[in-house]
Amino acid sequence: MNDISKIQNQAKSEWENLQSSTYILIGTATCGRAAGALSTLKALEEELLRRNIEVKIIQVGCMGLCYAEPLVVISKPDSFRVVYGNVTPEHVPRLVEGYIIGDDPCLELALGTLEGGEREAPYIPELPRFEHELRLVFRRCGYIDPVNINHYIANGGYSSLEKALRMRPEEIIEEVKNSGLRGRGGAGFPTGQKWEFCHKAEGKPKYVVCNADEGDPGAFMDRVVLESDPQQVIEGMIIGGYVIGAKQGYIYIRAEYPLAVERVKIALKQAEELGLLGDNILGSGFDFHIELAMGAGAFVSGEETALMEAVEGRMSTPKPRPPYPAQAGLWGKPTLLNNVKTFANIPLIIERGADWFSSIGTEGSKGTAVFTLAGKLNNKGLTEVPMGTTLREVVYDIGGGIPGDKPFKAVQIGGPSGGCIPAELLDTPIDYDSLRQAGSMMGSGGLIVMDEDNCMVDAARFFLDFSTKESCGKCTMCRLGTLQMLHILEDITAGRGEIEDMDLLLTLAEDVKAGSLCGLGRTAPNPVLTTMRYFQDEYEAHILEKKCPAKVCPELTAYYILPEKCERSCEHCVLTCPTEAIKGEKGEIKVIDQEKCVNCGTCMDVCPPEYDAVVKLSPVSLLPSEEPSEVK
Amino acid sequence: MIGTKEKEQLTETLSSFSKERESLIPLLQDVQTKLGYLPKEVMQEIANFLEMPGVEVWGVATFYNQFRFVPLGKHHIRVCMGTACHLAGGKLILEALERELEIKVGETSEDGGFSLERVACVGCCMLAPVMIIGDDIYPKMTPFKAEEALIPYKQESNQGSSSEEQAEER
Repeated sequence: MNDISKIQNQAKSEWENLQSSTYILIGTATCGRAAGALSTLKALEEELLRRNIEVKIIQVGCMGLCYAEPLVVISKPDSFRVVYGNVTPEHVPRLVEGYIIGDDPCLELALGTLEGGEREAPYIPELPRFEHELRLVFRRCGYIDPVNINHYIANGGYSSLEKALRMRPEEIIEEVKNSGLRGRGGAGFPTGQKWEFCHKAEGKPKYVVCNADEGDPGAFMDRVVLESDPQQVIEGMIIGGYVIGAKQGYIYIRAEYPLAVERVKIALKQAEELGLLGDNILGSGFDFHIELAMGAGAFVSGEETALMEAVEGRMSTPKPRPPYPAQAGLWGKPTLLNNVKTFANIPLIIERGADWFSSIGTEGSKGTAVFTLAGKLNNKGLTEVPMGTTLREVVYDIGGGIPGDKPFKAVQIGGPSGGCIPAELLDTPIDYDSLRQAGSMMGSGGLIVMDEDNCMVDAARFFLDFSTKESCGKCTMCRLGTLQMLHILEDITAGRGEIEDMDLLLTLAEDVKAGSLCGLGRTAPNPVLTTMRYFQDEYEAHILEKKCPAKVCPELTAYYILPEKCERSCEHCVLTCPTEAIKGEKGEIKVIDQEKCVNCGTCMDVCPPEYDAVVKLSPVSLLPSEEPSEVK
Repeated sequence: MIGTKEKEQLTETLSSFSKERESLIPLLQDVQTKLGYLPKEVMQEIANFLEMPGVEVWGVATFYNQFRFVPLGKHHIRVCMGTACHLAGGKLILEALERELEIKVGETSEDGGFSLERVACVGCCMLAPVMIIGDDIYPKMTPFKAEEALIPYKQESNQGSSSEEQAEER
């Protein structure tokens, strides 16, 4: 077998050269770009050019601190590394002048430093957030160049492949089984078992498929992995191919992720160039190729049997199981299908061993969980924590709590298949089984926090609307049952609900679960069931009092200008109302014409805070019957 | 009807694909990238090429959200309707745009200036609610900010059409 050490030595010397120079990292994953990272990048390039300084700028992926994007790290060989958050082009001259040219680390702009010591900025690994985090899949994200394979190799990459190729497939299967790794796509099937099935399955050729069709609204972990450190997924797939005896792999990836697609393409090419992918990998005689298959925007394609239909060029509808894909998958052949993060965990397990991996996490769930943190949180972004970390720790210590210290209402986990977990269950540990017990599921890892301004009935309606739209239509209960449930929820949020609707929803939910082939239909009622279970009072308020306690549902909520607070001479609301629903000449009290009002909330946004005259009322019957304009 | 230039382009595209069934979706994606949408006659050409009934191509194309059958507007606006955006008022943004542009979601304005689409999560949840005009992401929208963001695009459209009119007058 060829020696990998030559490749490793070359990569290491490139990495060491980099470390002995001053360089800049800038996060340009999709999240960074959305926050304006490309303008910051341009400003950095121009400033360096203007001052005629040669300093390498490396575009990296995402460090998970999305709330602080654009994120810039300056690394100097003889000093400590500093992470700067919310870096706009205006900050650039100061940073270049201060820390690139001079020795002033500009700590007033810093989030913190990456080396310890007594300084005015925090030492990042000691922030409360990082005390809870354990970065395995994300350990290189944001620190290495995702389109430079040498960065990956210099940081331990591909040593597992080399090790794996010297092991027998059965040994690897044992290792993966003993690690306790479960599928990271959400359902949590034991990975080692799946690999064993597929290894033993009769039939040739076999295939490896990586499921990167991350469709849950509010979840983008797989995108970040692929945009920040794609090689670990490729390495995991190659090992999977070796174990089951496949020569061909596919990465099924959402077309909505153009940057991830681009970076994965480059990563594949670089792996091929070094002989880590392709024919006769590292001289072992094992051939393995990977192709990209682009998703075309169907949520149901994330379901394994539906995904394979899509790769084959058909409508993406699920098939009954068994046979499982491990026995009869792509073109009826044995197929090993795993999620992006499952494959990403494999090199680690091979490298550090099953005992090490299984020492992390809980009894039934080993390793780490990766979550995107969104919704009502101060520190939105990404996190990776050991299984068993509680929701409270994630929401408050890592997510930084809720803006304005508003009371926590619920956390939604698992997207349209998951459920809403209330405050009293905040100490639930994050693992496959505890979340299922709470009526939710791990799902692919979207975690969305809701506060008192979010309506739980509306949230349930939102998820069901999504599932209804994305149902492929194959199973009647999923196609029509979810639609009926949606109609009922629409009635409730519009104030047309009856108390009997609650029972009807429960019955329908059970029928939809029982009458659907795949995970989409079987889990679609979860958001409704959990909100009914934990927030029954909100449903009752909508039905009985025609009141939306969070003042969200438009039919049950009205905007009202408090006459005693209206400044009269100010016309902000009148001028900005998109439907000209606000009456009142200059000097008069402004009044909203409820017939014309579309509940957009613009008047509330523009009313100067010192007057704060616009309020929301629910139920609508709270509106004073007498028009204040007549009071004069 | 598509022009001869497009037809040539299509023939060239087809020749770079194998006649296997799994070419269908990549082919549709490739053609849509080039033409902006999937005209019916193009889908029939693809069906002929892959030797399958046209209805099969139509079935697959209409199954997936990515494919569209009418041309996009000059400025294509996508409004994110992911969870985070919904909770932050994404629906109000969509309603505001429908009102301002006088089109419904999924439609293209009569002058071809704007088209409006709802998308499920673009992965910028920390900036919710977001809308995307062309490739530019507009973060933390309110109905008012969304209307304001349209102004430069509308002016550009108006200028475009008025200069064309002037040219015609001359």
